[in-house]
Amino acid sequence: MSDDHDDSPIAARVRELEAILEEKGLLDAAELDRALEAFAHKASPANGFRVVARAWVDDDFKAKLLENANEALPAVGLSMGGGLQVQRLHVVENTENVHNVVVCTLCSCYPIALLGPSPTWYKSTAYRSKVVSHPREVLEQFGLELPAGTEIRVWDANAESRYMVLPRRPEGTEHLSEDELARRVTRNGLIGTAAV
Amino acid sequence: MSEHRRGDRVRTSTVDPDHHTRLPAYARGKTGVVIGTDGVHPLADLRARGIEHPQQVYLVRFTAQELFGQGDHSVTLSLWEEYLSDE
Repeated sequence: MSDDHDDSPIAARVRELEAILEEKGLLDAAELDRALEAFAHKASPANGFRVVARAWVDDDFKAKLLENANEALPAVGLSMGGGLQVQRLHVVENTENVHNVVVCTLCSCYPIALLGPSPTWYKSTAYRSKVVSHPREVLEQFGLELPAGTEIRVWDANAESRYMVLPRRPEGTEHLSEDELARRVTRNGLIGTAAV
Repeated sequence: MSEHRRGDRVRTSTVDPDHHTRLPAYARGKTGVVIGTDGVHPLADLRARGIEHPQQVYLVRFTAQELFGQGDHSVTLSLWEEYLSDE
């Protein structure tokens, strides 16, 4: 039953717990909604764009980001702890010879804090099943044609960790500021279905 | 339970369990290489049944050839110790 990844017994348990806590006056439903909204409001791909721009201009930050992303994030005022638990983040770097692409084949695991809500296609069965077996074709459908010699690495976020791609810095951007660079980054660039 | 090190070849379980698991079907009974560790987390298979059983998780890379019999890419998954045996 590996297609069942929404842990629905847990979801049911959470709903029951929520109802009991409300009944006992220990939890304010409006307060909970406000907390969830605050998380959703902060969760935006603009966060991921900032991380990438910093990595492009700061080699020390980039080295730390690739080694231990969770420890690097506070330098740009971010963390992976905004949700229910702190999730481990892996940042994988695109280079001249290597292209990375992220998927969750079991459901739709995604670093929401850094990328915002995931796009519909990311959750589609078509993307999830095909990108692991035929990534080159899937990337071509996204308009990304990689040189024949480029090594493609697919990362399946099938367990507890989340992934973000560090795209290659576009050529001819040496004169741009960090903020200007951040505006060049795209959400699909962070998933690996586009170059930047 | 053995401990796997970076560079070790490991084989995934062939079992198709009748409960929740995070070993995807496409990666069952396949040989890959450990490229790192990915923390210690409760085994998803047991956690779904309310049992907390923390176990080492490994990053394991497979060739497309091994998984699908074709392709020149690789796929990396996070796999609990429970799913792996020494090759």
